[in-house]
Amino acid sequence: MGGGRDDLADDLSEFEHVRRKHIGRYVSAALIVALASWVTMAFAHGRIEWAFVGQYVAVRTIIMGLGNTVLMTALAMLIGIAIGVTVAIMRLSSNPVVNLAAAGYVWFFRGTPVLLQLLLWFNLALVFPHLGIPGLVEVPTVEVMTPFLAALLGLGINQGAYTSEVVRAGLLSVDQGQYEAAKAIGMPRLLALRRIILPQAMRVIVPPIGNEVIGMVKLTSLASVIQFPEMVYSAENIYYANNRVIELLIVAGIWYVVVVTVLSILQGRIERYFARGAGASGAMSRAGASR
Amino acid sequence: MMQIVKSVGVRKSFGAFEALRGIDLEIDCGEVLCIVGPSGSGKSTFLRCINQLEAIDAGALWVNGELVGYRRSGRKLFELSEREIARQRLATGMVFQRFNLFPHKTALENVIEGPVQVLRTERRQAEAIATELLARVGLAHKRGAYPIELSGGQQQRVAIARALAMKPALMLFDEPTSALDPELVGDVLSVMRDLARTGMTMIVVTHELGFAREVANRVLFMDHGLVVEAGSPEQVLGRPTQARTRDFISAVLS
Ligand SMILES: Nc1ncnc2c1ncn2[C@@H]1O[C@H](COP(=O)(O)OP(=O)(O)OP(=O)(O)O)[C@@H](O)[C@H]1O
Ligand SMILES: [Mg+2]
Repeated sequence: MGGGRDDLADDLSEFEHVRRKHIGRYVSAALIVALASWVTMAFAHGRIEWAFVGQYVAVRTIIMGLGNTVLMTALAMLIGIAIGVTVAIMRLSSNPVVNLAAAGYVWFFRGTPVLLQLLLWFNLALVFPHLGIPGLVEVPTVEVMTPFLAALLGLGINQGAYTSEVVRAGLLSVDQGQYEAAKAIGMPRLLALRRIILPQAMRVIVPPIGNEVIGMVKLTSLASVIQFPEMVYSAENIYYANNRVIELLIVAGIWYVVVVTVLSILQGRIERYFARGAGASGAMSRAGASR
Repeated sequence: MMQIVKSVGVRKSFGAFEALRGIDLEIDCGEVLCIVGPSGSGKSTFLRCINQLEAIDAGALWVNGELVGYRRSGRKLFELSEREIARQRLATGMVFQRFNLFPHKTALENVIEGPVQVLRTERRQAEAIATELLARVGLAHKRGAYPIELSGGQQQRVAIARALAMKPALMLFDEPTSALDPELVGDVLSVMRDLARTGMTMIVVTHELGFAREVANRVLFMDHGLVVEAGSPEQVLGRPTQARTRDFISAVLS
């Protein structure tokens, strides 16, 4: 105590400042550099022909695969979000039938692996040899249920079950007073949801949906088992012919990383848009942007 | 039509608790009615029944010449659809204690939302009306501000403009100044005073007895879900006949 008083009386403005030493930072940096160079060395000396990676990274089949991966991600997420929003609104409905149907959907599609669902859609012909209205229009199921359609339905409908939970949490996060203010200016329920509640829920919904889009990019690779020519299937097709397994898997990996990186950047932008007018978190992301 | 609200034996329960135990009341066009009463007496519940944020359990309520919530046919009352209820709500504008502005919309967007989306007014025309209303509440310069950038008093004045933009026949105010810092109360009350002067019919739940004395045509004292006493401000606030009213007024003034 006494020492403190003496300090207070002294003039410290002329003293030299000695910075704190961050020994932990140096040690961890050294460890990480060592580990990274060891991994790099391993790959450099491993049995990988890097020239092949460069040679195959932009061949037609791979680019087509990339296009199909991106297309499938976009379409499956669109279906997932459309179903997710609808089912979330159904689950908050006061109609018990609607409510139960929505809960049942979520239960079933979250309860089974998506790989199994993909196989079920693809093999639908075993259950229903023909699709359509009996006597009017009927088509053989095998002709309709292409790998593309099976993948789209399997991934999209499965995604809807997860997205509905995210959307439901978002809707519940909006203050009750907002529903009442919307009603008070004469808005019917669905208009209030669309104009007032959903846009505010987006702030809560967008980050996890962004996460799910990124997940979907990689989930589409499961569709390779039902012969949908996405990235992994395309890479496999090439290495079945030339045996450059690892090189082609690396090519596919590079493209996944590129796509995910682009999406991550987009995600940040979209989050900032929906944070407008929203207190602390809006201010936080604005500050984040200026840094 | 002279009467804008008629309430006959209106009751409302939440579970076993009776919040309104038979409200009888008539309000004329152009009247400014202030409702006072202790916390939990059912003042907000009554306002919320008038614009159907709550459905009544018994009795009958007419607003702007229409039976609230039901359509009469022969000797039967048919519950209205959600869409018809939304249409009936257009007769009333509501101002909430906690403002409830739409936080993702600017002041101007808050005000034009109802006219554009519900009344289908052309956007340009809605903006012109909204600009005029914002000027009327003294906030023309804040049209582009988001609610978070406004003080409580400014938010409440935007909320008043938002309600007025729907051209309601009746304005409901539920403790519009209770959530405000004392120095911001005056701006909101003066907007309401101006509104009363234009002849707007208003029902105001408030603890501002000074405002009630000055602006109200009639003051109503509620307690335990009943109207205890109603009359001119001088009578109810100055010479209350009921002991409960006297106790309440002296408690508020002290
Ligand atoms: N949604 C609800 N569920 C259950 N009880 C409710 C609900 N709304 C109101 N109540 C109860 O009804 C009673 C009347 O409430 P109300 O909000 O109308 O009172 P008030 O007169 O507006 O009080 P205050 O001055 O505190 O706003 C209170 O006891 C309250 O707890
Ligand atoms: Mg209240």
